[in-house]
Amino acid sequence: MIGLPHFLVLAGVLFSIAVAGIFLNRKNLIVLLMCIELMLLAVNFNFVAFSRFFGDLDGQIFVFFILTVAAAESAIGLAILVVLFRERRGIDVESLNRLRG
Amino acid sequence: MLTTILFYVFSAVLVGAALGVVLSRNPVHAALCLVLAFFNSAALWLLLEAEFLGIVLVLVYVGAVMVLFLFVVMMLDINVAQLREGFTRYAPLGAMVALLMIGEIVYAVWFRQLGVNLAGSAPALAPGSNTAALGELLYSKYMLPSELASVVLLVAIVAAIVLTLRRRPNLKQQDINAQVAVRSIDRVRIMKVDSVTRS
Repeated sequence: MIGLPHFLVLAGVLFSIAVAGIFLNRKNLIVLLMCIELMLLAVNFNFVAFSRFFGDLDGQIFVFFILTVAAAESAIGLAILVVLFRERRGIDVESLNRLRG
Repeated sequence: MLTTILFYVFSAVLVGAALGVVLSRNPVHAALCLVLAFFNSAALWLLLEAEFLGIVLVLVYVGAVMVLFLFVVMMLDINVAQLREGFTRYAPLGAMVALLMIGEIVYAVWFRQLGVNLAGSAPALAPGSNTAALGELLYSKYMLPSELASVVLLVAIVAAIVLTLRRRPNLKQQDINAQVAVRSIDRVRIMKVDSVTRS
């Protein structure tokens, strides 16, 4: 019998893999964006699972809004990536140091 | 029983695909693994009886966002070897953080049950379509947020276009204003020419 804890653990595993990916691919901006997408997917998993097991549709509406914002975020992120590539001939995160941060 | 088997199959493929995103050498392979992960998530959401969101995940994410990712990956000429520097150096730290987080989540959710009883089975759903129920909720209780979401999408469109717009200095292009504002006197001149009879 598959219950709520199964889905929560699955979402947690997914989120942790994405966090590890951010540690591993810290130079490759495009894989960083993909890891963020993976994290958002894990969060959406929690929302959908809670919504199903508590019998409340509001969680699914929230997932809908998260999907909207995530689509906007990835579109703008990829646009920034293209501009960065044009300026620097590469997408290394470490080359983003013009502000001396 | 079938649900249990399907859950384990889909989640195994999902976790494998997520590992593929994180570990693959080539960004194109990472993007394709992410597509596989989204498909499996959609299947799992169908198991959770969230049919509309499962379909939206496939249509919006696989159909639009991941295609955008693939376009960008293939458009940029990336030096993969240079970007892989430091991969092995940070691998132990990343693996340690991930294992720690997984351990904490499994402890909190599986053994402690978040302090409440999570083990109950899912309540029976109201009869009728999931899509219709979501639509009714979206256009009544969540009317204003859905309008705001459309504004967010509009801002994203404008921002993406403005960011990637490029003006090249010495490029020949039409000036529509000048073309529309032109008068006939600028183009055609009528001259009086005396006729001459040749003998």
